[in-house]
Amino acid sequence: MRINPDKCVACGNCTYVCPMGAIYIDPAIKRATIDRDECVECYACFNGLSKESLNPTMVRTIRKLFQMMRVRFEPEPDVCPTSAFEPDKLEWPRVVRRAFSDPRVPHESTGIEGRGTEEVKTNDVSGRVKEGEVGFTIEFGRPGVGARFHEIERMSMRLAKIGVDFEKKNPVTTLMSDIPSGKIREDILNEKVMSAILELKTTVDRTEEIVRVVKEVEREIDTVVVLGVGVRCDSNGDEKVVAPILEKLGYELHRAKTNIGLGKITNPDLVQVQTQEPAGAAT
Amino acid sequence: MTNTLHRFGPSPSFNDDYIVFAICCRGKNEKDALPRLKKFLHMAIPFQPVNLGDARNGGCLRPSKELSPLNHWNRDMTPDLERVANGLDAPTTVAAVFDNRKAAVAFIKSVKEADLGLSINVSTSIDNAEACCDEVGIPRHSVGYSLGFEGKTEKLPNTQTLTLSTMCGHGMVSHSLAKKMIDWVKEGRRTPEQAVTYMARFCSCGVFNPARARRVLEDARHSMK
Repeated sequence: MRINPDKCVACGNCTYVCPMGAIYIDPAIKRATIDRDECVECYACFNGLSKESLNPTMVRTIRKLFQMMRVRFEPEPDVCPTSAFEPDKLEWPRVVRRAFSDPRVPHESTGIEGRGTEEVKTNDVSGRVKEGEVGFTIEFGRPGVGARFHEIERMSMRLAKIGVDFEKKNPVTTLMSDIPSGKIREDILNEKVMSAILELKTTVDRTEEIVRVVKEVEREIDTVVVLGVGVRCDSNGDEKVVAPILEKLGYELHRAKTNIGLGKITNPDLVQVQTQEPAGAAT
Repeated sequence: MTNTLHRFGPSPSFNDDYIVFAICCRGKNEKDALPRLKKFLHMAIPFQPVNLGDARNGGCLRPSKELSPLNHWNRDMTPDLERVANGLDAPTTVAAVFDNRKAAVAFIKSVKEADLGLSINVSTSIDNAEACCDEVGIPRHSVGYSLGFEGKTEKLPNTQTLTLSTMCGHGMVSHSLAKKMIDWVKEGRRTPEQAVTYMARFCSCGVFNPARARRVLEDARHSMK
């Protein structure tokens, strides 16, 4: 992303809306400027700000007059009055920033807008996490801090050492140069993203071990981490296996997303297979 | 959509926060999903959601591409639910946000009866979701717990700011904007209603909860007294 200096009137609105705090008014040129190393190409400025097409010279003159009279010029806070934001053509490896930061860009590996996979959200159809299993999402950089891939790699390599299987269709896994060791490709290690998610699945008995490793690595990296733990409920809709383990580890469980099990396989080719095979074979 | 999972706040703070979302499973039921996803959105409207959105086009409050200067004094702040439902153009995750359990339960009941074949999830507190399932009469299939923010939490802002900014899990509502809106409401420069619409426009998938945000802003203002 870039800000056109001919259009920018330094109103400052964009400095607040940048989730990474990467936009500032450069006193030397008196224009809003993007710190390219901190910018994660999330496009919150370009997509989120409403756009006006006022004449920049006129706006600057009005602002100067107001300033002289000590009158506050207060435009709507979610507007770029001169449509000064212009997207750059992103090339490798910078394009990785946008893929992990702009939620409207679907990942080629998952086909889903956003940074994760379907996790347990489609578990009623995919059967991805079965009873006795636990799916972990380990998210870095969220909320509003950002993360660099070398921090994520520190976690992935440590987890790989204890023999976990990373979700193959996860966007971070696709950027690993060596999945068994958790090594992420060298050329993106310093790229900063809004957030990225490591995903893995294991058996319930390893829950405590995984959480302890994650907590250990959290102390070594310079960002925030949030864990999501996905599990299959029993036939009564109860989940009395993993929650007690998490509570024993000191977690107070407040919030969850709950799949209520209304999904069905409806793709014609699979429905056909289902009618030919024993019930449940397709999932 | 972990973007709804990691909202900041204790269980009671989610009593006005119920996100019901529909998603199709790649390779299993995404074919011909578009009309079913649209139906989900249209079905939600009579239950008066506080937001409605899809992950491609956003929620019922969206930024304008060509704003008139006069809009600074006369801006349309009305949520457009129909536009969201009619505007869905490709299969993606769609969501309806409710500020009360009664409406959420009634909507889930109607979705169950409609038998859309899509995966339906409820994102709220664990207790609220269990209560919804009990009232609708369906057992929970799977659950994804949020364990909360860890690591370098000293980089995070105060709790009121965090409560607002985490309502867009994609991080499009910045901490700075949330803090600015709290300050503007405290200073009386904007009403909570106005501040909420500014923030909601940045949420790119329509899961921001304006009702909960308004309450947080009111609380922030009253805490000054």
